[in-house]
Amino acid sequence: MEVLDIIKPENQVFCKSQLMTGNALSYCPGCGHGTANNLIMEVIDEMGISEDTIGVAPVGCSVLAYDFMNIDMTQAAHGRAPAVATAIVRTWPEKYVFTYQGDGDLAAIGTAETIHACNRGENMVIFFINNGIYGMTGGQMAPTTLEGMKSSTSPYGREIATMGSPLKITELIANLPGVYSVSRHALHTHKHVRKARIAIKQAFENTRLKKGLSFIEILSNCNSGWKMTPNEANEWMVENMFPYFPLGDIKVAGKLKV
Amino acid sequence: MSELKLMKGNEALAEAAIRAGVDAYFGYPITPQTEIIEYLMNERPENRTGMVVLQAESEVAAINMVYGAASTGKKALTSSSSPGISLKLEGISYLAGAELPAVIVNVVRGGPGLGTIQPSQADYFQSVKGGGHGDYKLYVLAPASVQEMADFVEDAFDIAFKYRAPVLILSDGLIGQMMEKVILKDQKPRWTDAELIEKNGDWAVTGKKGRERNIITSLDLQSEKMEARVHRLQKKYEQMEKEDLRFEKINCDDADYLVVAYGSSARISQKAVELARAKGIKLGLLRPITLFPFPQQELFELANQVKGILSVELNTGQMVEDVRLAVEHKVPVEHFGRTGGIIHTPEEIVAALEQKIINNGSFRHHKTRESSLL
Ligand SMILES: Cc1ncc(C[n+]2csc(CCOP(=O)(O)OP(=O)(O)O)c2C)c(N)n1
Ligand code: SF4
Repeated sequence: MEVLDIIKPENQVFCKSQLMTGNALSYCPGCGHGTANNLIMEVIDEMGISEDTIGVAPVGCSVLAYDFMNIDMTQAAHGRAPAVATAIVRTWPEKYVFTYQGDGDLAAIGTAETIHACNRGENMVIFFINNGIYGMTGGQMAPTTLEGMKSSTSPYGREIATMGSPLKITELIANLPGVYSVSRHALHTHKHVRKARIAIKQAFENTRLKKGLSFIEILSNCNSGWKMTPNEANEWMVENMFPYFPLGDIKVAGKLKV
Repeated sequence: MSELKLMKGNEALAEAAIRAGVDAYFGYPITPQTEIIEYLMNERPENRTGMVVLQAESEVAAINMVYGAASTGKKALTSSSSPGISLKLEGISYLAGAELPAVIVNVVRGGPGLGTIQPSQADYFQSVKGGGHGDYKLYVLAPASVQEMADFVEDAFDIAFKYRAPVLILSDGLIGQMMEKVILKDQKPRWTDAELIEKNGDWAVTGKKGRERNIITSLDLQSEKMEARVHRLQKKYEQMEKEDLRFEKINCDDADYLVVAYGSSARISQKAVELARAKGIKLGLLRPITLFPFPQQELFELANQVKGILSVELNTGQMVEDVRLAVEHKVPVEHFGRTGGIIHTPEEIVAALEQKIINNGSFRHHKTRESSLL
């Protein structure tokens, strides 16, 4: 007997979203990207907005998101998703538009596009998958790489003096008046997955109500880039990333939480 | 109603864009084309037609906004000048790769680098030889008057949607800044969302209502698929050469000598043709209106008739390479250029013709930079 046969359907909390295409995920096993993709599709499905949603996934491990998300999608150049999404929102204001970006994408090459789309308060959702590293290109240093953390381009660990501090771009963005809601989540436990799901739903509700920009950071492991097993990576994330990037609401309904 | 007006080239283009039913303009200021966004902002086209106008944070953002709007099947326009176009090349390559229709205007100034704000044709190579990364070409329209600045917007969108490909309008600081009379066409309505879905619904991302999902991407990790995509693009370029080549011939029927020039150089060369003829030199002008596709066959045939060809350009010798390729060494081909924002006088062009072609009829493969620039 399979596990799923034992669980009554009404008690089943996590399953594969009907809006996932069923194509095999190109993400590494145990990586947070898969869960994040699935959650977003689950919420869009639940809200019944899949036929009015346009997703934008740029370069990074997420570039192939259109292989997995069964909705209309545009692939964007590295870092440019917020600009691409801006035009979609401006020319089709009644659509639900989201971007799905990594930290290299959103906080390095696309900093300008990110800050300005947020500052204009575009009516869309930005998903920011922060794994503290460049996953796709094989584990180079990202703006969010922690102090002392080793990567292929900081082989002795990130040094603040020469490489700068890990960038808290989410806190920076939260200060912009155009931004309506900002929160930070993680996907390493059921409890956290549920919390992230609630936030994702709220973000698309904000779009429906034309509240402006909703920004959701999701801390995720990159077991390949960090050179750990998925379990070790999740534990490392809790121990090392949470203190620097604390989870929770940062801005709610246009007001900063202090 | 169509209207007769006295306008700057840049303004005429902006007004024509509203009247052509363009859905969105995204841009960033740079001389000598800033009047385009200024005019649009001042006109409030959102009230006239619902057209969206947005000043982006950079040229990179502007071209990616064009990419976004084009992904959804809308008519999206951007404009810039040389250093800004260099920044847009990333997005232009993505537009070509993802097979998206869009119109980009380059009102060229002198370079390299920050260069000068004066007119130039130094971006010819960048425009017709790809420019951005990868195997792609742009359909390039070169206006030579304020009227063409206006007319080419609609033509460019027709081509862009016919081929699902980005189209470049290659102007320069002279055409952009000068004032001339222009006849503006009647206002065309923008496509309604229903019309757009009817026309572009098979590929555009508008939300998958009533159909399977659409995907816009330029990524093909499988080599066979990527090769097929590149071949598909090449087929479009071949079709453009067959169906949409444009050029103009002035006084060519009895010509002994030929000037080849486009845009503002062609305007000045037209006067040079008159001056030469008054002196008894039978000079003709071939003006490529599209720089890609290039009037190769026409040049090849004219080379059977004329004794020599002068390529007149505001650069140190770029289009002349394409003229030489087309002519296949049948007759001498020389280049006459000015740079730095200086434009030729018609008299200089006639003098260059006499010096480099008529009195120097020998077939020369090699020439010095000085003789090229006069
Ligand atoms: C203009 C440009 N520069 C560099 C790259 C190479 N590149 C691809 S993905 C990537 C980093 C992506 O990292 P991140 O956004 O953190 O996403 P992740 O892969 O970790 O999910 C880089 C540098 C590129 N594709 N385009
Ligand atoms: S490289 Fe890292 S971020 Fe990319 S799929 Fe693998 S684990 Fe996930």
